Amino acid sequence: MGMQFGIFTVGDVTTDPTTGKTPTEYERIKATVAIAKKAEEIGLDVFATGEHHNPPFIASNPTAMLAYVGAQTERIILSTATTLITTTDPVLIAEDYAKLQHLTDGRVDLMMGRGNTGPVYPWFGKDIRQGINLAIENYALLRQLWTETNVDWKGRFRTPLQGYTSTPRPLDGVAPFVWHGSIRSPEIAEQAAYYGDGFFHNHIFWPASHTQQMVRLYRQRWEHYGHGAPETAIVGLGGQFFMRRNSQDAVDEFRPYFDNAPVYGHGPSLEDFSEATPLTVGSPQQVIERTLSFREYVGDYQRQLFLLDHAGLPLKTVLEQLDLYGEILPTLRSEFEKLRAPGVPDAPTHASLVAKAGGPTDTAIYGVGDDATGTSDRDSVLEGEL
Amino acid sequence: MTAPGVKRIVVVSAGLGVPSSTRLLADMLADASVRAVEARGVEVDVQHIELRGLAHALTDNLLTGFPSKELAAAIEAVHRADGVIAVTPVFSASYSGLFKTFFDVLELGVLDAKPVLAAATAGTVRHSLVIDHALRPLFSYLHAVVVPTGVFAATDDFAGAGGGGELQKRVERAAGEFAGLLAGPGSGASTGSAPGRHLVEDEFEHPTDFEDLLKRASDGPPAY
Repeated sequence: MGMQFGIFTVGDVTTDPTTGKTPTEYERIKATVAIAKKAEEIGLDVFATGEHHNPPFIASNPTAMLAYVGAQTERIILSTATTLITTTDPVLIAEDYAKLQHLTDGRVDLMMGRGNTGPVYPWFGKDIRQGINLAIENYALLRQLWTETNVDWKGRFRTPLQGYTSTPRPLDGVAPFVWHGSIRSPEIAEQAAYYGDGFFHNHIFWPASHTQQMVRLYRQRWEHYGHGAPETAIVGLGGQFFMRRNSQDAVDEFRPYFDNAPVYGHGPSLEDFSEATPLTVGSPQQVIERTLSFREYVGDYQRQLFLLDHAGLPLKTVLEQLDLYGEILPTLRSEFEKLRAPGVPDAPTHASLVAKAGGPTDTAIYGVGDDATGTSDRDSVLEGEL
Repeated sequence: MTAPGVKRIVVVSAGLGVPSSTRLLADMLADASVRAVEARGVEVDVQHIELRGLAHALTDNLLTGFPSKELAAAIEAVHRADGVIAVTPVFSASYSGLFKTFFDVLELGVLDAKPVLAAATAGTVRHSLVIDHALRPLFSYLHAVVVPTGVFAATDDFAGAGGGGELQKRVERAAGEFAGLLAGPGSGASTGSAPGRHLVEDEFEHPTDFEDLLKRASDGPPAY
């Protein structure tokens, strides 16, 4: 698989401005499942969900969503966009996503993000001003938990660990591939480059110059840390489109959603915003051309995800967008393939990571614990030791 | 590009009328500043930014978090300026919302250590303290070096009722002080950001090594 194509969702519950109808949480959650299943059906490679812990989103508990989708799909890679590495305990991330790897036969990767909603941090006992430091320390611990057993760890942002082994161990002894996402924090590009992980730029709502600047830094530092030439780094991009066969139909239909959208609504015109950011509203041919132009400022890259289901667009419309996406997908694949320079790596998958590691290994500890000794914590409590 | 050695003055004015008394005062200050800087044997280049034309772009920036091309060019001009003359009309006892919005969307550090000449216009002289109660704190917060003399002009000043060139005297005095900061001894330090403030741009230019980021992350008192 040269390049991966997919979709990402932030799980917003937004009133449809053309009907005044707001989906219930139940409807929005079920719609997300329908969208994910449709993504596999049209031949996409990746479905990714965001993580939010505040209204108006239904994107809390991403592992439940991904496991549920995983059980009803066979091929599509399940990812996050993003996992909040700042406010989520890395111990839980290590467990949850390793479990998800087993359940889905390795169809899992993650994208780390910090989250930009100030009040969410204190709800989880954290402080947004420590965002970068949290992302760095927590991720360092997460990696350690996936690669080592019997971990002794002491840090600044969580309680120390003594002889802790995260279970289940990553499938085949290979941790899920990790992307790091950030719009404009150079430290995160640095982090991705240091570990030889992927870098993902959300590439929506912001000018492409931000994307270009971050990807350039990531590629430079990738080489600096000895992972290879800059063009061998692993880059992913977001994107946003609305398509109809006739360009003007797309503009007319999308405009009320654009004008009232959370994030950018009531601001610049659709035309200005389309020029200033990667948003493309138009015909399938226009979406193909705009998408192919992304590589001109980031180089050849490995993953392209689009945001299709937001701003109150009804499920029916989103599924129609996916049908059109499916129609242009073969062209996108073949055109990107033709343009791709030799030596650019394929998008990583569980299979490719296992092969790179020299085959699967089993790092599980088959203990001589309680069964052998016949003791347990309860015994200790009864004996007054705890 | 401005030739080396030439001092760049950017004049930001938030008048709404065309012509406005705010722009009128801005022009007086700019002209007097040019004379004062040139009197020190230093060349000077002046650029005017009228915020009226950027009003939509400023609101859009509040909503989207990034500037349009025109607004980005204006911000860049302020960033690169050796000194800024900032003139606002008084609305409801303070600077206008339009004026404030421009300074709201500047990224941290843009005005660091930069000489700023603050000025305001109003219908009545009873608003004159707006310079010291509103403008000076704003620019202090933004780490600018505010010229000691601020210039306030009421309608009467333009009518000459203030008594023969009183306004012009204040303008000359402020421009002289501004020129001193701009082209005086040691003024070279007034360009760019002050030492100590690490901007995003600096980080892109000279990224901190990740080992240092790791150490920094776990520095400081543990949360547990």
